[in-house]
Amino acid sequence: MPLSQDEIAFLANVRRWVERDVAPNVTAWDEAGAFPRALYMKAADVGVLAVGFPESVGGVGGSARLRVALQREICRPGSGGLLAGLFSHGIAAPPIVALGSQEQQSRLLPGILSGDKIAALAVTEPSGGSDVANLRTTAVRDGNIFRVNGQKAFITSGMRADVLTVAVRTGGPGASGVSILIVEGNPKGLTRAPMQKMGWWCSDTAILTFEDVEVPAENLIGELGFGFLGLMQNFNGERLGLAAAAWAFSEECLAEAVDWAQARETFGKTLISRQVVRHQLVEMKMRIEAVRALLYEVAERMDMGEEPVADVCMLKNLATETLEFVAGKCVQILGGSGYIRGGKTERIFRESKVLSIGGGASEILTDLAARQLGW
Amino acid sequence: MKILVSAKRVSDPNAKLAIAKDGKWIEGDVEYILNPFCENAIECALQIAEANEGTETVAIGIGDDETARFIRQGALARGIDRGILVSAEEASIDSDLIARIYQGVVHREKPDIVLLGKQAIDGDSNQVGQLLAEYLGWPQATFASKVEVSGNKAIVTREVDGGLETLEVSLPCVITADLRLNEPRFASLAGIMKAKKKPFDELEIDDLDLEDTDTKVQIVGLSTPSGRKAGVIVKDVTELVQKLRSEARAI
Ligand SMILES: Cc1cc2nc3c(=O)[nH]c(=O)nc-3n(C[C@H](O)[C@H](O)[C@H](O)COP(=O)(O)OP(=O)(O)OC[C@H]3O[C@@H](n4cnc5c(N)ncnc54)[C@H](O)[C@@H]3O)c2cc1C
Repeated sequence: MPLSQDEIAFLANVRRWVERDVAPNVTAWDEAGAFPRALYMKAADVGVLAVGFPESVGGVGGSARLRVALQREICRPGSGGLLAGLFSHGIAAPPIVALGSQEQQSRLLPGILSGDKIAALAVTEPSGGSDVANLRTTAVRDGNIFRVNGQKAFITSGMRADVLTVAVRTGGPGASGVSILIVEGNPKGLTRAPMQKMGWWCSDTAILTFEDVEVPAENLIGELGFGFLGLMQNFNGERLGLAAAAWAFSEECLAEAVDWAQARETFGKTLISRQVVRHQLVEMKMRIEAVRALLYEVAERMDMGEEPVADVCMLKNLATETLEFVAGKCVQILGGSGYIRGGKTERIFRESKVLSIGGGASEILTDLAARQLGW
Repeated sequence: MKILVSAKRVSDPNAKLAIAKDGKWIEGDVEYILNPFCENAIECALQIAEANEGTETVAIGIGDDETARFIRQGALARGIDRGILVSAEEASIDSDLIARIYQGVVHREKPDIVLLGKQAIDGDSNQVGQLLAEYLGWPQATFASKVEVSGNKAIVTREVDGGLETLEVSLPCVITADLRLNEPRFASLAGIMKAKKKPFDELEIDDLDLEDTDTKVQIVGLSTPSGRKAGVIVKDVTELVQKLRSEARAI
């Protein structure tokens, strides 16, 4: 399904907004370690936070193709931190949409989609992220509350979040013992500590410690023991988004490298006139085009109602591998300039690795694809 | 209160334009945008409407179906209540006829404020607001960098050479917007989708009972700017200063 006239007009607005309000600031936000909180509200006004959420909860719907195209626009300034932080609700809110009651949805979602409230998803723990079914944070029912104990690590927007979608163990071992609780505000017993990272500087990342945190029982999302299902709903969408980001960042790096190769002269000739450089640029372009083609094919299949789990896994791995390849090569073509802070390529290079780890590490996705394919 | 606001499309200033064979218009695959000064006018209208409950805002554009799209996506999608397209071929109208078309629409709509961009960035004529105020016999405040409406008057700050001028004009009036008036909002996808359902009228120039539909200005010819001359590389600062003094006469 091609994008509609309306969607194309919307994307043009997003592009102008990113050019005007975002791109000129991302480097300063990175250096400052945060983008302003008001940006969530601005983003909501432009309409980007509501894309992908159903109209029934205050969203505007939107196909997978639209989400890919939107991602492309948001990624133009080459800041993964901006993307991760501004769209942390993109992984925190879907479980509420998928499993939450009417009451929970109308209480929690409007504030998130209007940018007034920051949402974060807290699944990973210091003891492990790949093996979600074995998470250790516990929630024990006590009358009208759950008492939560444990620790979460690497939580994007965890420092500032007003709404935390937390995966907890309410039952026995394994996936069937996992439930989802919403922790709102700053309850007693919750402490947040920032983590310093290789990249994504303008997005905060937190270790959250829960010590006897009391969460109202009405904040249980979905039924007891069905949390794993809610988290799984996220996976395809999240991985498609990460693949789209990896594709977009690859394109941004390559564009910078091509510009540089055209302008830079060594030994009396431009870099781009050297066959070795031209061939590298084409090699990169070729791989990026392959990612783009698969990306749109998978998006289209998702729009037709398929859940192509193996393809999404392979797509994310192909896209992130391509980004690592392209970002490394582009830094090399830029030479010393590629190592200096402030340019897109330097930042994207530092931020390429995280996309191969978060949202399902490459090895985990490869194995999942194998199992899905019946091998 | 009722506000009439302009929504004119202009050729994208970043696009490379080609001159048509007859030398009197542009041709080819021209990209268009909404005139930036109209965006300021629209934002101003929306802010006045938000501050004054019961205000109706109406966007008007002159042109063809493409213009209609800009009225919808540029004005209605941002929150303007309804749209009016007056059909006309853009190549065959001048500022005077545009002002008279506005005058005709004002007679039908009876707005309290007409808010226009100070000029369109393609023709750069900067005449419509002034002509319209004259034809209507209304006060005008052009190049507005600040607009406050209270009761039946508007306080308008204008950017003039060397400073600011503050005017008080009684309503109804004509105001034209400058770039620093505000920071226009963007239309969201929800806004764009809603815009399609908003009331939209299409009028012909004949519907407006204008006494005078002649154009007074004709484009005789268009030409591209002559290419820039190559620069010169100077040896040192002394030579630069000397050239600036003797050749460029800049110092
Ligand atoms: C910047 C950043 C932001 C993040 N944001 C969030 C967030 O908002 N919310 C959240 O919940 N989590 C978040 N994460 C956590 C992320 O999802 C995890 O880091 C990821 O799932 C991997 O988990 P882990 O780090 O515990 O690595 P591990 O699970 O310990 O894995 C370590 C390595 O071993 C490999 N491996 C593991 N098991 C196997 C196996 N059986 N066979 C072969 N190889 C294996 C993995 O692929 C990986 O390469 C974030 C991480 C980062 C870095």
